[in-house]
Amino acid sequence: MSAQTYDVNTLLVEMSGSLQTLITQNNIQDPLIIGIRSGGIWIAQKLHTNLAITTQLGTLDITFYRDDFTSIGLDPKVQPSKLPDSTQDRHIILVDDVIKSGRTIRAALNELFDYGRPASVTLVALLDLNCRELPISADIIGAKMSLEPGQHIKLLGPEPLTLNISQRQSLEDK
Amino acid sequence: MIESIDHNSSQLNSKGQLKHFLTTQDLPASILNEILDTANSFLDMSAQQVKKVPLLRGKTVVNLFFEPSTRTSSTFELAAKRLSADVLNLNISSSSTSKGESLKDTLMTLEAMHADMFVVRHHDSGAAHYIANHVTPNIAVINAGDGRHAHPTQAMLDMLTIKRNKGNFSNLVVAIVGDILHSRVARSQIHALRTLGVAEIRVIAPNTLLPKDIEAMGVKVYTNFDQGIKDCDVVGMLRLQRERMNSALLPSESEFFKLYGLNSTRLALAKPDAIVMHPGPINRGVEIESAVADGPQSTILQQVTNGIAVRMAVMSMAITGQLNAAHSHHPDLSE
Repeated sequence: MSAQTYDVNTLLVEMSGSLQTLITQNNIQDPLIIGIRSGGIWIAQKLHTNLAITTQLGTLDITFYRDDFTSIGLDPKVQPSKLPDSTQDRHIILVDDVIKSGRTIRAALNELFDYGRPASVTLVALLDLNCRELPISADIIGAKMSLEPGQHIKLLGPEPLTLNISQRQSLEDK
Repeated sequence: MIESIDHNSSQLNSKGQLKHFLTTQDLPASILNEILDTANSFLDMSAQQVKKVPLLRGKTVVNLFFEPSTRTSSTFELAAKRLSADVLNLNISSSSTSKGESLKDTLMTLEAMHADMFVVRHHDSGAAHYIANHVTPNIAVINAGDGRHAHPTQAMLDMLTIKRNKGNFSNLVVAIVGDILHSRVARSQIHALRTLGVAEIRVIAPNTLLPKDIEAMGVKVYTNFDQGIKDCDVVGMLRLQRERMNSALLPSESEFFKLYGLNSTRLALAKPDAIVMHPGPINRGVEIESAVADGPQSTILQQVTNGIAVRMAVMSMAITGQLNAAHSHHPDLSE
């Protein structure tokens, strides 16, 4: 199935259901939902609303933790991370829009641990592009898909949330 | 990303990114705002249990101090360490130059140690520019104060303090008070304030402590403190630079305090929500009264905290600028 045919809201309803089941099964009390800037925050907001979670949503900007700083430098659009509490002993639901290499998640985990030692981290993503470079897997995924070489997918938002696939002109695709 | 690109400036690479930070003069507002925004993100790091990010891991920062300094060198050191860099502190005034080694030889020695950044404090104006023009490409140079010329990170931490207290710059009246003549801080503040677009900049000092060309910098000059402080939003005090004073420019320190010292009565003439800044170290009872320095309008300790964040921002931006100067092509950052 191509990305254009995925309806983000339908995927979100399914994901919310799976997440609720997982939270109940694992007996997770007072989960802390954290979205990774910027698409991950939009997805996290929807899950936060759908699951009627009262603890404030956290946002994570992983710019300072990227593993490619020494080759590309600092993204000038960096914004502060905002976590409502310490992550110490909390059950964290970490949310991103698209999982590709897994490097963003690696950076996000490193940053989270600099705020404290979480009790657990559950990873949720809208899409998995089947191109992992690190041993990372999500607990809940909206859909899995593969892109053609040179194709790039982007979540557009915040309202409405839609998926857009574009062909990259550039030779280098991160 | 960056609107106005100045290809001629030795501080910017061909993409208009900061690669050295030598002066606030002639830098576009977009760069100054990028410094403030990045520093703001670093300030929020204080919520972390581990107050450290891995940005400059594996990079070596050399603090090259040709002039004694405690707070500037220690905040640069802390900034570099919070970016995970390795830091080497060299107090040159007490080491190689006394053994007769020339500045160029010192630089070559440090380059051979694979330094990635020099943070330079020097008693001669223009020293940081000189070093930036003579180091191997890929080494970033940050000016931590050169003679009477510039102290750009101090000016930017003051700008961050103003921004965090006042929100924006456009309607502000800012007074800079004291020893303008010997102050590299004042010069760098004036350049930054003009670029960031404050409504009015005032300098308040006795004639003997004002440089002759000061009005050309676009400031209003007051020799009477009570008149100058009226309705100010920001009062930036300067330290009386006793060590730089080689002629009798002042009758006495107590006379100076009477005319140009900030006390509560004078501060009441400024706007009620005015903030008071001072770069430190403060001479209590010479340029500022203790009740004001320790009072609710004082931002002196905020400035210290903001100084670390600004130095972290400038360091990571300059390393980025050097990297991107080295690779002419780099992939889109926007993921």
